[in-house]
Amino acid sequence: MKYIIKKILMMILTLVVVSFCVFLAFSLIPGDPATRKLGTEATPELIMQYREKMGLNDPLLVRYFRWLISFIKGDMGTSYSYSVPVSSMLMNKLPITLTLGIMSFVMMIVISIPLGIYTAKHENGYIDKVIVVINQIIMAVPPFFSGILLTFLFGMIFKLFTPGGFVSYTQDMGAFLKYLILPAISIALPKAAMSTKLLRGSVIAEAEKDYTRTAYSRGNSTTEVLYRHVLKNAMIPVITFMGMALADMIAGSIVIEQVFSIPGISRILLTSISNRDYPVVEAIIMGIAILVIVTNLLVDIIYRIIDPRIETME
Amino acid sequence: MKKFFDNIFRYKSNKKINGYMVAGSIITGLIILMVIVGLFYMPYDPTKMDSSCKLQGISLKHIMGTDNMGRDVFSRVMYGSRVTLLIAIGTVTMGVVIGSIIGAFTGYYGGMLDEVLMRIIDALFAFPSILLALVFVSLFGTGTYQVIISLGIAFVPSFARIVRSEVLRCRNMDYIESARLQGVPDLRIIFVHIIPNTKDTMIPSILIGFNNAVLAEAGLSYLGIGSQPPYASLGKMLSDAQSYMFTTPSYVLSIGMTIVLMILGFAFLGEGLGKDKRG
Repeated sequence: MKYIIKKILMMILTLVVVSFCVFLAFSLIPGDPATRKLGTEATPELIMQYREKMGLNDPLLVRYFRWLISFIKGDMGTSYSYSVPVSSMLMNKLPITLTLGIMSFVMMIVISIPLGIYTAKHENGYIDKVIVVINQIIMAVPPFFSGILLTFLFGMIFKLFTPGGFVSYTQDMGAFLKYLILPAISIALPKAAMSTKLLRGSVIAEAEKDYTRTAYSRGNSTTEVLYRHVLKNAMIPVITFMGMALADMIAGSIVIEQVFSIPGISRILLTSISNRDYPVVEAIIMGIAILVIVTNLLVDIIYRIIDPRIETME
Repeated sequence: MKKFFDNIFRYKSNKKINGYMVAGSIITGLIILMVIVGLFYMPYDPTKMDSSCKLQGISLKHIMGTDNMGRDVFSRVMYGSRVTLLIAIGTVTMGVVIGSIIGAFTGYYGGMLDEVLMRIIDALFAFPSILLALVFVSLFGTGTYQVIISLGIAFVPSFARIVRSEVLRCRNMDYIESARLQGVPDLRIIFVHIIPNTKDTMIPSILIGFNNAVLAEAGLSYLGIGSQPPYASLGKMLSDAQSYMFTTPSYVLSIGMTIVLMILGFAFLGEGLGKDKRG
């Protein structure tokens, strides 16, 4: 329990540091929000009035805490270009991006864990050798290109997929999920290849250790040794990787949404970046930062469950 | 150089040929050859449009076909690879130099500065690099140099971490201790005695860095952020080509395959070197 509380405190500290960095970065950008809002024609008096009203003349720290508190309350500011609250802009797009991220995450786990165990078990067999080489190649195919290849394959040759035929989840949940399968595969493939490789290496390394030999000498079968002893230890680096991969996959969906023309967070992020609509960019970055940090916390807690020794090591 | 070839082909020893090393060297060599040849000779002008031969497939005249404006795809790929490779080199150089400096100082001196910097680096490291680059692009604006700077900053954390752990490993070794006793200044110890000893770990990570840089650059320029047309890099060309996927598959495939080969070459080299060290 003490371990988890310590980790949660660390997480809050990191969140504060990260949010301050994000806030600082976006306040240092040249360009005055007041001028942006009122246009270049505005008189200096008008600008001063606006700045006073919006609290832009307050010291940095005061502005930071005001921003942080309203952010926690769910008020992420107002978009410069559309003059609507950022939260309402993001709310109906968020489920799309999250579904895509989670789908690809699940796919990665479903593909890589059985493959990793299989290849480790049959190390240097024919299938293992083929999978190792295929893995290397898949890792080199960028998700956006595998997305294009998949569209070509399933859209043109098998005619199972309509490019650009996105259906929103509010209209038809089944069709929505069906459309997301190919994008999710293209995000998941390289990550699944990496995690297969990692799991294979890690199982092989663990299998050479003394405790494995002891487990065998006590009359356990290969399956028992593998699932009860080896896998528990072998999973630790893989879980670290998967934790990092989750954030990567959500970020990777930015590109993939573009490939499959899915109207998720990505389009908003890209137009906001080119329009310099900072409140929107800020909110999205903070959202992903929170996701990354919370995932790290979960990974730490999962470690603790798998391997209680970790607590005493720190 | 001779040692390099010996390492690749293992003429002198009886060890098994390192397949990854051979494949990686050939692929990367071909890509670099293509870029270097492209500096002096290209079959066509990559920006010259010719409305009489739009969207042609593969032929002897145009070995990768032509695009929607009748430009020769192979010449454009030659040019685009140069842009992509330059951005990758710039990015990795920036990441390595800044990362090494941060890692070396924090690792060597430790203390409060180390704690604070490493917390920030850890937080940055957990962040997906393409997203980090997007943040910096939104701060600096779009363009070739902005992309190099943005990606470079995004690559600093991983190199800083590697160098720091290497410096920590070397810091208390006897030869460093004896250098210190001889009164060698800290800066000289760090840069002359410690940094060269990190090369075994650094070279594979630099190759992996190239691999990631090409991937990240292609991703960014696919999104339309980065070097602007007509001098587009490979990612931008790929996103242009995507619309013609069903009419002229050769266009999109040849560009995509070039990106894949580029990444594959660096990945194989990195893997091969890693294997070499493990034996």
